[in-house]
Amino acid sequence: MKPSRSSALLKRLKLGRRAVIAFPLVWLTLFFLLPFALVLKISLSEAAIAIPPYGPLLEYADQTLHVFLNLGNYLFLLSDSLYIAAYWGSVKTAFIATVACLLIGYPMAYAMARAPARWQLLLLLLVMLPSWTSFLIRVYVWMGILSNSGLINNLLIGIGLIDSPLRMMNTQFAVTIGIVYAYLPFMVLPLYAHLTRMDNSLLEAAADLGSRKINTFIKVTLPLSMGGIIAGSMLVFIPAVGEFVIPELLGGPDTLMIGKVLWEEFFLNRDWPVASALAMVMLLLLLVPIVWFHRYQSKELAS
Amino acid sequence: MSSLRRINFSTVMLVLGLLFLYLPMFVLVVYSFNASKLVTVWAGFSTQWYGELFRDEQILSAVWTSLRIAFFAASMAVCLGTVAAFVMTRYGHFRGKTALSSMVTAPLVMPEVITGLSLLLLFVQMAQITGWPADRGMATIWIAHTTFCSAYVAVVVAARLREVDHSIEEAAMDLGSPPVKTFFSITLPIITPALAAGWLLAFTLSLDDLVIASFVSGPGANTLPMVVFSSVRMGVSPKINALATLIILIVSLATLLAWFFMRRNETKRKAALQDV
Repeated sequence: MKPSRSSALLKRLKLGRRAVIAFPLVWLTLFFLLPFALVLKISLSEAAIAIPPYGPLLEYADQTLHVFLNLGNYLFLLSDSLYIAAYWGSVKTAFIATVACLLIGYPMAYAMARAPARWQLLLLLLVMLPSWTSFLIRVYVWMGILSNSGLINNLLIGIGLIDSPLRMMNTQFAVTIGIVYAYLPFMVLPLYAHLTRMDNSLLEAAADLGSRKINTFIKVTLPLSMGGIIAGSMLVFIPAVGEFVIPELLGGPDTLMIGKVLWEEFFLNRDWPVASALAMVMLLLLLVPIVWFHRYQSKELAS
Repeated sequence: MSSLRRINFSTVMLVLGLLFLYLPMFVLVVYSFNASKLVTVWAGFSTQWYGELFRDEQILSAVWTSLRIAFFAASMAVCLGTVAAFVMTRYGHFRGKTALSSMVTAPLVMPEVITGLSLLLLFVQMAQITGWPADRGMATIWIAHTTFCSAYVAVVVAARLREVDHSIEEAAMDLGSPPVKTFFSITLPIITPALAAGWLLAFTLSLDDLVIASFVSGPGANTLPMVVFSSVRMGVSPKINALATLIILIVSLATLLAWFFMRRNETKRKAALQDV
């Protein structure tokens, strides 16, 4: 091959390589990264009665460029205790639900990883199947179970355990159980993936050396499945903090969550700048967990 | 003795956990056949709610809208996600790799209200500058769904690409096969099962999304979750129970089918290994 032809080929290869890289990079930059910059921009603008309902950030008049950076939306979030309460409520609820998912999900994943090989695929599909149906419907089903005239209350009154219905709907309890129910599969999946990859000979070695079962679990199994614990917990905690559907359908006035507040600011009050500021603060709050999850995930991708 | 020993704490938790996952769905299925309009009182067996479901024009047209969006979003997400996965696993270092890998994993955990709001602001801004999209609707939902679904596809496909023996592709290229041809005739056939799994996952995710679609949709396009949501907000409804039962039935059948094929492949592979 002549050098000129091969260098032309090399050039084409390089160009092709660049084009292949550019396709996902450009799409995601345009539709994932750029939108966040716009949220930041609009969180700094002033609400206005206009279409779209916010004022400009830059204005050119009388040969001067005016830049309006309105920090008012952020100060407003700080001044109204409703928002701080909503952030706190979200983090608290998401945390409790994540711990509950971990306590239920870990033994489930452990049993699945220890099950006979021919059972494992079936068990995995059984755990994942609910998450493929419909999120909305899996939240909705608890409305019928927890309400005052719902299944649990009817049952308890029927067997004479209680006289008047327990109030379970529109409570913190209902929201937490909704999150645990909806997100449990996402906790079990990464835990199972880690536990099933674990080298069994390590456990045998520990047992041979006389380690007690509980000791082996704490010193060997738990540290080796730490990656799964982190991934599962982040997969539950981060989306749960921003959850809208569950507090909307199962929560009540005393279960403030930030996702619902943001939704109402946007759709009911049509205050886009405040909704954007709420989103920015939520993102800031979730930055550490998201980076943590990303670092774990890229380690997984690299290995 | 060994079967007795297996009954331990974690097995009990697994059974209880599965009961926790399935009992509520079972209740839903049973009550979808309830004759009473009061969902909590049993008044005999009836299939009338299924009849009403199929006469509900609004729900039927929403199903059609959702299916179309999900089909196109899943197809585009498979293209985008596969290229992203290929670039991340097969290309060494390149400028923007960190950015790409962050943008691929972040949508997996990003709260939906943030994604929805940010995309809406983008579409509004784009309409101001370029005049497109003048109306938000199916096209904007398609873009939004493609974007977040491609992240899931990328993770599924990347997992498969890492398992696959790299040396076959390298051998083909050493023998003079151009990269594009190598990709289509070697890599693609090997990762087809992962592409199918990724497509199905993206399809169900798109069908299921309420929050993002609500933000980026316009007055014209109502997806199924949007219609269901506005109905269940008012309270429990037997028609929705019937719809839920059908969804559970379809997903269960599809899963059963997938399980059957995966098991058959496993048996085949074992048999092939034994022959060797």
